[in-house]
Amino acid sequence: MTLVTLAIATGFALVLIGLLGALTDRNILRMIVAFTIANTGVNLVLIGVGMLPGRTAPILDEAVSVAQAAARIVDPVPQALVLTAIVIGLGVTALMLAYALRLHQTRHSLDIRTFTELKW
Amino acid sequence: MIRTFFVVLLLLGLGAVFAGLMVGYTPDAELNATARYYADNTAADTGAANIVTAIIVTYRGLDTLGEVTVLFLTAAIVALVLAAGREKDPASRIAPPPAGELLTTGSRLLAPLILLLGVYVFANGHLTPGGGFQGGAILASAVLLLLLTDPLRHFGHRLISVVESLSGFIYVLIGVAGVVLAGGFLDNRILPLGDFGALLSAGAIPVIYTLIGLKVGAEFASMLVSLSETEEPR
Repeated sequence: MTLVTLAIATGFALVLIGLLGALTDRNILRMIVAFTIANTGVNLVLIGVGMLPGRTAPILDEAVSVAQAAARIVDPVPQALVLTAIVIGLGVTALMLAYALRLHQTRHSLDIRTFTELKW
Repeated sequence: MIRTFFVVLLLLGLGAVFAGLMVGYTPDAELNATARYYADNTAADTGAANIVTAIIVTYRGLDTLGEVTVLFLTAAIVALVLAAGREKDPASRIAPPPAGELLTTGSRLLAPLILLLGVYVFANGHLTPGGGFQGGAILASAVLLLLLTDPLRHFGHRLISVVESLSGFIYVLIGVAGVVLAGGFLDNRILPLGDFGALLSAGAIPVIYTLIGLKVGAEFASMLVSLSETEEPR
């Protein structure tokens, strides 16, 4: 198993673990943690897809000159996408935590079963 | 328990889909056309040594502006959601037990160093791994350390919002300057490209990334302050 497939397999496993936690756990805080785990898994898969075996980081310096860049570096586009995804993921997590805090203030509970207004 | 059963069934199906994707996957041996363009032309186009930075700040600069806007929206919503039901008078909050000697002294020693590291990370974003978002997160971690030491410490919301809105405003101004002086919105060639690999090079990229760093740092800091100023109703 190469590094690339290992990274992608780990990413998929993290997505599944995160979804399992988000769907089965009753505690809102643990669900938020599960969502961040799934988020990390997606990022790992994206980075793994952009990874080309035997190549180095897309930064041009003494080690990788401009002329040989195309033959030596990995795909920089997924890395840029993942940078964006991490930042947005952090924003989403902060929002979820803020809502969890408000829910706990109003209902004094973090158990998802206490919140039945939207249930039919 | 029937619920858990269906969840596991769903995840097994999803896992089968993932496995199907993985079995047929072989990594490319060559870069695809887009990546090859970036690899070949980034140095000449933008003068940035870090290609990821060149993509984020210049090639896809408009997307980054949108991303920063989303982050601003998040900070605003967090503040809005948490502001309702907050104690109006900060003096009425119960003082938590004092932080230990280690944390107090440690944060006094570390906070300036963390700020310095954050500035280093976003000022060198076009040369080394890192950049505005990472540097901004490091800046905010210094604020987090100070808040852990003294949860009642008062951070000026006005200072945070002034830094945040000024850097955002100048960011957009630089983008418009690109339309007037160079090839298009957020073109970094409004400033000379300089020597490849030097700190002051790559045109407007260090300026833009510094602004993004300040803006992101201010947004994260405002989220942290909002969260710390909220407490349990008694």
